[in-house]
Amino acid sequence: MSGFTRHRRSGRVIATFSGFEADLLRSLASQLVELLRNEAAVPHEHADPLEAMLSFDGPTTEPDDPVLARLFPSAYAEDEEAASEFRRFTEGALRDGKAVGAATIIDTLEEAGLPPQLGEQRLVIDVELDQETALVWLKSFTDLRLALATRLEVEQDDDAYWASLPDDDPRAQAHDIYDWIGLLQETLVDALG
Amino acid sequence: MATTSPVEVEPDLTPDEITLTAKPWVTIVWNDPVNLMSYVTYVFRTYFGYDKKKAEKLMLEVHHDGRSMVSSGSREEMERDVQAMHEYGLWATLEKQ
Repeated sequence: MSGFTRHRRSGRVIATFSGFEADLLRSLASQLVELLRNEAAVPHEHADPLEAMLSFDGPTTEPDDPVLARLFPSAYAEDEEAASEFRRFTEGALRDGKAVGAATIIDTLEEAGLPPQLGEQRLVIDVELDQETALVWLKSFTDLRLALATRLEVEQDDDAYWASLPDDDPRAQAHDIYDWIGLLQETLVDALG
Repeated sequence: MATTSPVEVEPDLTPDEITLTAKPWVTIVWNDPVNLMSYVTYVFRTYFGYDKKKAEKLMLEVHHDGRSMVSSGSREEMERDVQAMHEYGLWATLEKQ
């Protein structure tokens, strides 16, 4: 895994993934899209279905899912009313942006040759990102890492704990994936300069 | 008999902070165990247009002190900054000075 580098002549950011790696990224990105789309960003208190359909209000309370709560934190630490108002006007757009970002990763990988189903053949997926798409990937890597870290309950300076888990522990494996996306992101920041 | 003591300008304030205190609302970025130091610095440079030195100083404040005041201005401006930070996946809040 060498991660991202900047192609000197075109200025584009490039990376090479194995079929397995590309498929893993696609799978994580798809799960994030599903999570973001699933718990709809609409308030539930509308009794009248017509009124509900015509309302463009967003939610006013913090999402129940801890991943969503981390992706959409309260903007006001000590003012619940202001936090609700802020959420009502921003959460919908933030959700859409993050879902579009994750979908961009999927689209880029598939356009670069990742088949719908990973077969037996050895695949090499070369991706080439312009500046704008690279920034979308960069942000989405953050969302993926936040999601994984929230599920795993990652804490500050807990590397020793993760290293102490047996290799076949599914949490250790998920943490390895979290670390891997961290490395990818580090090289992408470098490449973007 | 009273003597007039010299007027004290708060000696710990840097010029930057003196400018900040004139503005009513601030955006705070909080530390989290996930975001990479290089990424946080990149966000401060890209979104706020801060130079590398200032972006790194703010990032280190977040890292070591748990929080850093990254911008100041009107309430509307700070709500925009907080929304942008959430887009980037940073944990940000706004508050009145």
